[in-house]
Amino acid sequence: MQLGRVIGTMVVSVTTPGMEGVPLLWVQPLSKLNEPVGEPFVCADGTRMAGPGEIVTWVASREAALTLNPSYVPVDHAVVGLVDDTHIHQEDGT
Amino acid sequence: MILGRVCGTVVTTIQHEGMNGHRMLVVDRLAPDGTPTGSYLIAVDAAQAGPGETVLVLDEGNGARQVLGREGLPIRSVVVGIVDEVLLAE
Repeated sequence: MQLGRVIGTMVVSVTTPGMEGVPLLWVQPLSKLNEPVGEPFVCADGTRMAGPGEIVTWVASREAALTLNPSYVPVDHAVVGLVDDTHIHQEDGT
Repeated sequence: MILGRVCGTVVTTIQHEGMNGHRMLVVDRLAPDGTPTGSYLIAVDAAQAGPGETVLVLDEGNGARQVLGREGLPIRSVVVGIVDEVLLAE
């Protein structure tokens, strides 16, 4: 699991069974200090609550499909939660 | 498993219900000699690890669900131990 920022949404008219109504979001992966790192990808949003600009936690591989119900769906990235706060300890322990 | 150092925490109130009650730690990945590799991951705490501690992180879904004792959790990374010492062969 890592941090990401929702940078957009995607509407898919024809989709595989089980994926109907699942929101699809463009997510830009972030470093632990919320800096963009790497290429954006599309996440399924099981919480159905994430909006553009929000910082989220996302997970990849099979765990991504487990955030959805039914969970046997072709999903490789998914939003797990909406981040309220990320507290990173500085090297000097604050 | 991965060697890591706890460098922070993440709080999410709106989340998948499987995450409720789990404390999430931001863990820097470490090379065997203890130097940070530059990448990080967010892991569920199953060992009461504190900030700055060197930890062992299980990064595989099936094992994570066994450690947390619940099926269907969308969790892949779990802190399963606190490392006291790493000895490397010369």
